[in-house]
This record gives sequence, C-alpha cells and structure tokens, in this order.
Amino acid sequence: MSIDTSKVADSNTTTPASAKAPSKAGAVATWADDRLGLGTSMKKQLRKVFPDHWSFMLGEIALWSFVVLLLSGVFLTLWFDPSMAEAEYQGSYDPLRGVEMSKAMISTVELSFDVRGGLLMRQMHHWAAHLFIASMLIHMMRVYFTGAYRKPRELNWVIGCLLILLGSLEGFTGYSLPDDLLSGTGVRAADGFLKATPVVGSYMSFFLFGGEFPGDAIIPRLYIIHVLLIPGLLLGLIAAHMLLLVYHKHTQWPGPGRTEENVVGYPMLPVYAAKAGGFFFIVFGTVALLGGLLSINPVWKFGPYDPTKVTAGSQPDWYMGWPDGLLRIIPGWESVIGGFTISWNVMLPILIVPPLMLVILIALPFIESWITKDDREHHLLERPRNRPTQTAVMVSLMTFYGLAWAAGGNDIIAIKLHLSINQITYFMRVMIFLGPLIAFIITRRWCISLQRHDEQTLLHGYETGIIMRSPEGGYSERHLPISNDAAFRITARDRDEVYAVGSKVDDNGVAAPGGKLDGLRAKLSTLMYADNVQKPTAAELEEAHHHAEHEHELTAALDGRVADGHQFDGHHAVEGETLRGDH
Amino acid sequence: MSDLNKHDGSGPGDSDDRVDRTPAVPEEPIANPGLHPHTWRPTDVDEKASRRAERQVATLFGLSAVCTVAFVISYFTLDIGTNWTTFGGLGASTLFLGVFLGLALMLIGIGIIQWARKLMADQEIVEMRHPARSSDADREATVAALTIGIEESGIGKHKLVRRSLLLSVGFLGLPAVVMLRDLGPLPKDVANAAEGTGLQHTLWGVKPGVRVVRDVVGTPIRASDLQIGDLVNAVPEGLFDLHGTELQAAKAKGAVIVVKLAPDEIKSQQGDQWDVGGVLCYSKICSHVGCPISLYERTTHHVLCPCHQSTFDLADSAKVVFGPAGRPLPQLALDVDDEGFLVAQHDFLEPVGPSYWERER
Repeated sequence: MSIDTSKVADSNTTTPASAKAPSKAGAVATWADDRLGLGTSMKKQLRKVFPDHWSFMLGEIALWSFVVLLLSGVFLTLWFDPSMAEAEYQGSYDPLRGVEMSKAMISTVELSFDVRGGLLMRQMHHWAAHLFIASMLIHMMRVYFTGAYRKPRELNWVIGCLLILLGSLEGFTGYSLPDDLLSGTGVRAADGFLKATPVVGSYMSFFLFGGEFPGDAIIPRLYIIHVLLIPGLLLGLIAAHMLLLVYHKHTQWPGPGRTEENVVGYPMLPVYAAKAGGFFFIVFGTVALLGGLLSINPVWKFGPYDPTKVTAGSQPDWYMGWPDGLLRIIPGWESVIGGFTISWNVMLPILIVPPLMLVILIALPFIESWITKDDREHHLLERPRNRPTQTAVMVSLMTFYGLAWAAGGNDIIAIKLHLSINQITYFMRVMIFLGPLIAFIITRRWCISLQRHDEQTLLHGYETGIIMRSPEGGYSERHLPISNDAAFRITARDRDEVYAVGSKVDDNGVAAPGGKLDGLRAKLSTLMYADNVQKPTAAELEEAHHHAEHEHELTAALDGRVADGHQFDGHHAVEGETLRGDH
Repeated sequence: MSDLNKHDGSGPGDSDDRVDRTPAVPEEPIANPGLHPHTWRPTDVDEKASRRAERQVATLFGLSAVCTVAFVISYFTLDIGTNWTTFGGLGASTLFLGVFLGLALMLIGIGIIQWARKLMADQEIVEMRHPARSSDADREATVAALTIGIEESGIGKHKLVRRSLLLSVGFLGLPAVVMLRDLGPLPKDVANAAEGTGLQHTLWGVKPGVRVVRDVVGTPIRASDLQIGDLVNAVPEGLFDLHGTELQAAKAKGAVIVVKLAPDEIKSQQGDQWDVGGVLCYSKICSHVGCPISLYERTTHHVLCPCHQSTFDLADSAKVVFGPAGRPLPQLALDVDDEGFLVAQHDFLEPVGPSYWERER
C-alpha cells in the first residue's frame, strides 16, 4: 500500500494491536474463557465481516422493534389484568366512570390515565407492533427482489415467512386484549370464522371461548398466547434466523473486489456492533416519539365491548386487513350439502386463501430451484431487473395483497372519495384476479427494458447530453463510456440458462431420461429466462468499444472544444470569445 | 487480486475445505477490478477534524443525558389523569415523557453512529466464505457414526420393537388432544330451550310471549307508538336480569331490530302474519360472521352491516341484496299482548348469527 499512513490517528491502525501488557478487557476475557471457553469461536466472530448497504437495515428494524415490544410489553403486564370479570370503572376518565366493563378494559383505561407513562408505553407497544410487522414484510420483499433466498438460505426464508405469520397472530391476540368495542368486534368475527370450519367449527368455537360466545375465557387465553406462547416461538425462530445469518455470512452486492467466495465490509467489532447498536437506540427512540406524539388505539373512545354495538368503519389493524378485504368482496356463497352447511363465503377468504398465500410464499425458493436445478451457492445479490420473472411474481403477489388490503377499507374509500361501495366491491371482485396479472406483465417487461438500457449503456456508453453536429448537418448525442467499476457492476451477474427437455446428455451422448414434469419445467424455464437480455460476451463488448473508438475518431476534431453557445444568445458581449473554445 | 486476501479476517483453518467454485461461464466481459485502495477521511489525517468529531459525539451523548433528566422531571411534575385534552388530545405527561425518552434514546443512537462513521477505523476488510456444507471427510465420518449407531441399536433388525415404539409414541398424541377436551362444553351440553342457551335457542323462546323491550332502557314497546320508518334496537325482556357472561351470551343472540314499514311496502316475510300492522322484527346479528347490523336506510328499507357491508332488504324477508352474507337475517314472529305491547310469538325458527356446519340439523 503506497498511501502515507503516518498521519493516521492512533485508533485507526490497519493491523490489529499486538499483545502488550494485559489490558482490563483482556483480563475479563481471560476470566470468562477459563470458564466458558468462548475463545475458539470468538476469535473469528469478533471481527466477523458484515457488508454495508442500506437495504440490509430493514431486517434490523424488525429485530429492534421486537426488542422494544418485549421491553414495553413487560411494563404493560405489570398493570394489565387479563380478566373478563365485570366491574364498574371508577378511574379518572370521566366519560366511562360508572360504566360496567371487564377488568381487562378497566385495567387498560387505568393504565392509560392513572399510571404515569402507561399510555406512552401502550402506544409505544402498539406502534412497535406496526413497525415490527411492516419491517418484516419489507425485509421479506428485499430478500426476494435481490435473490437472497437462494441456496444456501432457503431455510432462513422459511423461518422468515413463519415469523411474519406469527408476528401477525401476535398482533391480533395483542390488540384483542383490551376487550374494547373495536377489538371485541374482531373477536366476534373470529368466532364466525371458527364456526365456518367444516365439521368441527362449532366445537372449536366452544373450546376456544370456553362455551357460548363470548364467555369469560377468551381474554385470559389470548393473553397467555400473546405473552408466552407466541413470543416464545418468535424468540426461538428469531434466534435461529440470526444464527443462520451468521453461519451463512451476509450476502453482498457485486462490486470491485466482491466475489461469491468472499465477503467485504466492516468488522463486527467495532464498526458493525456500533452501527447496529446505535441503530437499536434510533429505532427505540423513533418508537418513543411515535408513542408520545401520535395517538393509537384510543380504546376509551371505543368503549367496552357489547355484542349489540359496533362502530361504522370497524377495521382490524392494517396487517389483518387483507383477509378482511377478501371477506368483504366475496359473494355470499353458502351451500347446504346433505343437511350440512358449508360457508364458502367465510372459508375461502379466511381459512383457505391466506394459508395458501403463506404456502406459496414459502414455496417460492423451492419452485425456482426446481426449475433452474441450480445447485450452486449464491452469495452475491441480483438486481431486481436481472430477474424479471421473479421480480414480476413478487410484484404480482404484492398487487394481490394491496388490492385485498384496499378492499378491506372499501367503506372508508367509499366515504372519502364519494364512491359507491357496491361499485368498489364489484370492481375489486374483478381486479383481484386481473390486477396481479397486469402487474406481472408490466413488471416483467419493465425489467427487461431496464436490462436493455443496461446493455446499451455498457456497449455504447452513457448519454452525455452533448449534442454534436456533423459537417453534414446531422445531429447526434455524444455517448461516453461508463467507468470500469460501473461496467463491472452491470456485468457481474450470471448468464441465464433456459432449460429444454432432453438438453442434458450423458457422456455417451444419450439424452437423459426425462421426468414427467420436464415439459412443465421447460415451459416455466422459458417463461423465466428466454426473454431476458444476457450480458454481452467479451468479444461483443470489444467490438462495441472498437466501434465507439471509430466514432470518436470521426468527431475527434471537435474534442476539447467547449461551445455551449449561450454566449451568443444576444445578451452578452462576445469580444474575445470564440464559438469553439480553445482549450 | 492480491488485495482481496490482504485483510482476510478469518483464520487459516477457514479456507481449508473451500472448493474451487469458479463458474465455468463464457469469458467474462469485464474482469473484477479488485478492491479499491482505502482512502482516508479528514478525521483520520486531521487532528482538528478528529477532535471536532469527538466533541460532536460527546455533545450528542451529553444532550441525551439532559433529555433523560428532563424525562424524570416530567414524570414527577406533569399531571396524569384527566388532563388528556391538553396538547392536541394527548396528555401533557404522555407527550413530554415520549418526546424526552425518544430524544434521549435517539441522541445516543446518533452519537454512536457518528462515532462509528467518523472515528472508528473505516477500512473495509475481506473475509473468505466457506460452503455451508461440511467437508467430505466430516460428512463421511458422521454418516459412518450414524450408521454404526443405528446398527448397534438394532432398530433396523428388530421390526417389532420399531413398530411397537412408533405405535406407542403415536398414541401419545391422543392425550395431547384429549386433554384439551375440557376447554369448553360441547354445543349440545349447553343447549337448553327453557333457558335460551345453546346455538339454537335464545331468550325469546324461554316462554311464550316474551316482551320486546328497548335496548339499554328495557321499556316495552307499544306497536301503536311506532311511526312508519322507525327502527328500534330491542332485546328480549328479562335480559337485564342476567349478568356477566350470561348477559353477554344472551345479548349476542337475542338482539333484534324492530321496524315499522307501510304494509303495502312489505313484499314478503319469512312467516305468515309475523308482523303486527307493518311492524317487523329481525335478528340484529349478521348471518355472515356475527356483527350487529347497525346502519338502516329508511327510503330503501335496507340495513347494512358495517363490518363487511352485507346488505339486507327488510321489506323482502331480509334477503341479502349485497355483500358476503349467505342467508337472510332470521325473522322473529311478533304479536301483541293484552296491554298492546309487542311480544314474540315464539323463538327464532333457525339459529341466529354466523353459519356453522350442523346448523340445518
């Protein structure tokens, strides 16, 4: 390294400090290692390298908001009373004083108005839950769009999908606990969902509610599910998610010096530990500001649950909105077969489609690897445009989710935009099928045209914005080659291979026997890859550069002469100025 | 490419079982240019800049401590309770606690990140990856150990042991399911027409001629007091004698809406002569998933459920005219008693609320 590092501050040496007299940290480490023997694993982990990119922060938001949820949740449990025993509210919130309600509701209102910081913690807990689920979803999209789920990370993808499911259930059980009118309406609907289950529906409802709806068992049961069962599962799965992340080492974007075999970035100690640790405080602080400044779930305004009351615009928390939207737009299909009732209108949108969506999501990496039969490990990320079909699949799923979610707010949309709720519903019934299809086609073609643009840039350079006039009077835009780094980034991707039936031959030239599904595999492979623009070969690039050089020679006479012409627009003195600059 | 390995942070053992995985692709158009040489930041080479950064970080940490003190002061000085209308609908206590806690935390976070960006070494280092799989030798040893273990156990040889074990362990699933049996009674256990309990019964059937009383206040309704277009939320008389769980369960099934339509507007109803001079009574509980139906449109005599927008036409047997509900709202047959108050002729003839598997039985 030729750079002069003599002026570097002491803390910025490029080699690890050599062992001198035993430091305090060393003494502690020795004490711990004598008992735990962590030295062997820590010698690598302490300076473990993490690559840097803003999108790698999304999962971190989810992790840290989960920590905030644990902390604020513990605070809430100190006052919350998960009991459905009825009592009269006598706290300091006037409008509800003297009203009969469950102790769950009473303790929630007291927590809000009679415990200092209680409302803050309630609101922080709720905001953190929103943040937790939202960041998990966005993190999942990032992972999918960049191909970070490919071998060897498929299992971590599965764990992530389960985390999203559990996080949503945790959210539902959580916001149902205060036993207020809004959440009670949600629990009432959940009772309807259970009852719609074929054969065992009414039994399941009676078992969950401990008898006839609403009973007095549901809140304590949801409570223990919310504070023990699901958090335990979440903790375990998050730990597994993190361990696998550490074991696989983080994926990285291709770039100078970055390969499939290495990972380039900052060491865990100190840089990444500081950045991630600092980010914890930022997430925590953001949640505290949200909790302090923005009211959320004001249960005292909704009042206690009463099965004969409901408010207009009743809606679940947003992450539960999409099944609710499907429930709203499905026609009222119900059939009686052999004397037994089958409620398609509830089963399809709640009991069939959402689990099916989860299965599809989990299966995505496995479907892809079945089509590609790609057995290599992938540690370099792909740009979404370089995987047009996969990107289109995710956008298609997102469109389905988004439309279903919007359908869950059809009443609000109707009121705010002065539209007919019937027309919105009919529109959604069609669009829920058409929308994802349209999104798929547009996204796929969009990605491919971005690929073409990349190819143009690579072969012919970027558009400089300089218009050249040739001696013949023709105009053309000057293109200049992009930097070598930028060109490398564009080309740092695999060439796609379209699978064709019988394309594999063994050593003797005999076609490998095809499986039953080979035809399907070939069709899907064609859909996935055939239209993609492949990066140029070295020869093609060479030829393009040669061509460009030739063009440069033709225009060389104009090189180095700057003439933007604005001096000659009649507003300036032009003495001593020439139309073509001399330098 | 020598740069790539220069700062290899991993130990020598790391690269031992690495296989050569250079993909066999057509010639790459552009070779990997390799890691850029490190460039120094102002804080690395300029003592002044370094000091300035240090002061910035310390200031951020200091401000955080100030905010924490302000948090504690707010905790003890600001009122909690009914002052919740102060400051835009939020309690002053909540507001200031949140702001100071948020700032205290964020300032620490920003400080640490500023420290990391300006003062910690920013030299990128390279670590080699290793395949997720274990080495062939390890694999073989593991498979061998596994094979020996399985062989020594004799589980392959002694079919009887294997099968009976699988059977007995499989049977252990039964207690896990059976133990949950007492989570609640079966629907038939609580079915009692005389008390109005169970999925098929409501308080309307506990005796003939249960009075229809207004919800909340509990006063009986005189048929002649209703005007055309009126809608009254009502419950069975005797509901308010119940408490707690029984009250909620009875309410969740027994709630009704009473409407008066002009007799010539009524196209159909679910039973012969179930109205009293144009006064009709339907279950308030949506036949979809059980929300109470609440929005009545007088001119069309439609009621709409605010949860999922199922719409029922009260003038036409409460048939579903829109939305996801699969069945009409059950109608309650009305009559008047000797004093001219509305009463139910008998219980609903079908279960109210959401559908379930055996509801037609």
